[in-house]
Amino acid sequence: MEATSIGAAGGGRPSLEAPNRRTGEKAIKGLLALCAVLSVLTTTAIVIALIGPTISFFQTVSFGEFFSTDWSPTFNPPSFGVFDIIMGTLNVTLWGMLFAIPIGLGAAIYLAEYASRRVRKVVKPIIEILAGIPTVAIGFFAVSFLLPIIQNVWPGEFLGGADKPFLAIAAGLGIGLLIVPIIASISEDAMSAVPQGLREGAYAMGATKAKVATRVVFPAALSGIVASIVLGISRAVGETMIVVLAAGSTPNATLNPVESIQAITSFVAVVATGDISQGSITYESVFAAGTVLFLMTLALNVISIRLVRRFREVYD
Amino acid sequence: MESAVPPTERARYAVAGARANVAATLGSQPRGDVNRNNAFAGLLFLSILIALAGLLALLIQAGVEGAPAISTNLLTEPPSTIDTANAGFRPALIGSVMMIVFVIVLIVPLGVGSAIYLEEYADGTKWWNRIIELNIQNLAAVPSIIYGILGLGLIVRGPLSLGFILLAGAITLALLVLPVVIIAAREAIRAVPPSIREGSLALGATQWQTIRRQVLPAAIPGVATGVILAVSRALGETAPLLLVGATVFVTFDPTPLEGNYSALPVQIFQYATRPQEDFQTLAAAGIMLMLVVLIAMNSVAIWLRNRYEQKW
Repeated sequence: MEATSIGAAGGGRPSLEAPNRRTGEKAIKGLLALCAVLSVLTTTAIVIALIGPTISFFQTVSFGEFFSTDWSPTFNPPSFGVFDIIMGTLNVTLWGMLFAIPIGLGAAIYLAEYASRRVRKVVKPIIEILAGIPTVAIGFFAVSFLLPIIQNVWPGEFLGGADKPFLAIAAGLGIGLLIVPIIASISEDAMSAVPQGLREGAYAMGATKAKVATRVVFPAALSGIVASIVLGISRAVGETMIVVLAAGSTPNATLNPVESIQAITSFVAVVATGDISQGSITYESVFAAGTVLFLMTLALNVISIRLVRRFREVYD
Repeated sequence: MESAVPPTERARYAVAGARANVAATLGSQPRGDVNRNNAFAGLLFLSILIALAGLLALLIQAGVEGAPAISTNLLTEPPSTIDTANAGFRPALIGSVMMIVFVIVLIVPLGVGSAIYLEEYADGTKWWNRIIELNIQNLAAVPSIIYGILGLGLIVRGPLSLGFILLAGAITLALLVLPVVIIAAREAIRAVPPSIREGSLALGATQWQTIRRQVLPAAIPGVATGVILAVSRALGETAPLLLVGATVFVTFDPTPLEGNYSALPVQIFQYATRPQEDFQTLAAAGIMLMLVVLIAMNSVAIWLRNRYEQKW
């Protein structure tokens, strides 16, 4: 088909010009670009979905009231002090990260520096399975397995005692379990990307394996490690089902691990599930809380994307 | 004069001798260092054990608690608050399967299309392409409940106004997992070496012919792996569905375009929030069911990758 069109073009010598204008090729490129643009549209759609109801929310509720404590949007009269649920989110995130950072980094250093190739090939995918377990399953585990254990081992009245039906730390540990593979996997990649020459140099100076891991490899991979932690925090802040199931639904501006709390995500999930009429102030408060959550995770994501880019650029 | 020992062997003896000499004169590392080193390695190993113990405890707990409810009733019976002994997940399972079909139909063309554009056509130095790229990375980390708010505000209500139907849930899930597919498909396309493309172009194929007949066939295993991972993520997602209408107890088989619907993880959540022992057992059995499906899917993904991955 193409051969005949070339032959017909020039009479004597075949023309070197393209036999046709390749409009089909261009149309395909345009179509594919459209697919890629759809992702930008998704972000735009998220912003549009959040912004409309949020604006009309702030026409009724003042900024002063929003940025204070006491969150009870379904009460009469309602109260919209968002710090209650922000603190709830920070509470579970704090306890989750306190569990996930040491465990995740320990696992990463072991896999990158100590484990044999065979052990790494088996253990790394198993740890990554954890990241694929649906959060509703982890939430169920947190409330029916971790929660009773914590209530049993908690030392008496310490911090007010752990006899409430839901505890922030049970959700925190569940979230920690979810974050460990994120930190372990990304940090391990970053540490494995550290050039072998740095390690050999340190060994030549007489350093032990532990010193090489902590004083040479760890600092060299720091931007990747910090990126993994920031990404983990972002996941923890946005986690919904574990918090809904294990941390209760009592807005409570505290970092106490043995309190029942409500996070931003669990407020959105619990209130939006009930029958609320469109346009009511409760409906709009879902979007206002969603905006706060979106901005928090956006900031964290941008930081982690930048850090990841930095460690890739240095060693690639 | 010919030596009886071959030269490589002699070199090895020389190295061994030198090592022994160094060890004899300098001694081994200080005992404190050795102890500290071992303690550190032990601590690291402990953290691996804790992570694995968490995973194991989760699986065992769901298995033990769910065991009494495991029967074919889980697959064939609707949920019930009265006859808990025979209650199951039938409508939720049908809802999940229907949604997964819609999700696949949506994400495969859109995800692969975006990946082809970004890898084969886009000029990475142009600002608009960088924005698309940054945007996809960010979307991959947006909390799932935010997609639920998007679904509630713009798909269920607002411009699309589909109402609380199964299709709205499917679109929401598709948007949620689209970045996963794009990122995996891009990696698979990037792994096809440039020489394949250059060879094809040199033979007179156009760019699209090159992509369709050379690049895509070589990238299919990687793309399929990404799609399976995305589908397994969609299958386990609960939070966004709560906002777009997957409701409490749907006792009839759902249809895509009208009426209430449910999904497997949402039904598990509904059972899990009820304190009575029977419902807790049903929730655990549902989790076992879901994990078996997910592990099977992930195993297929790993098998696909190992079986068909080309080494260039």
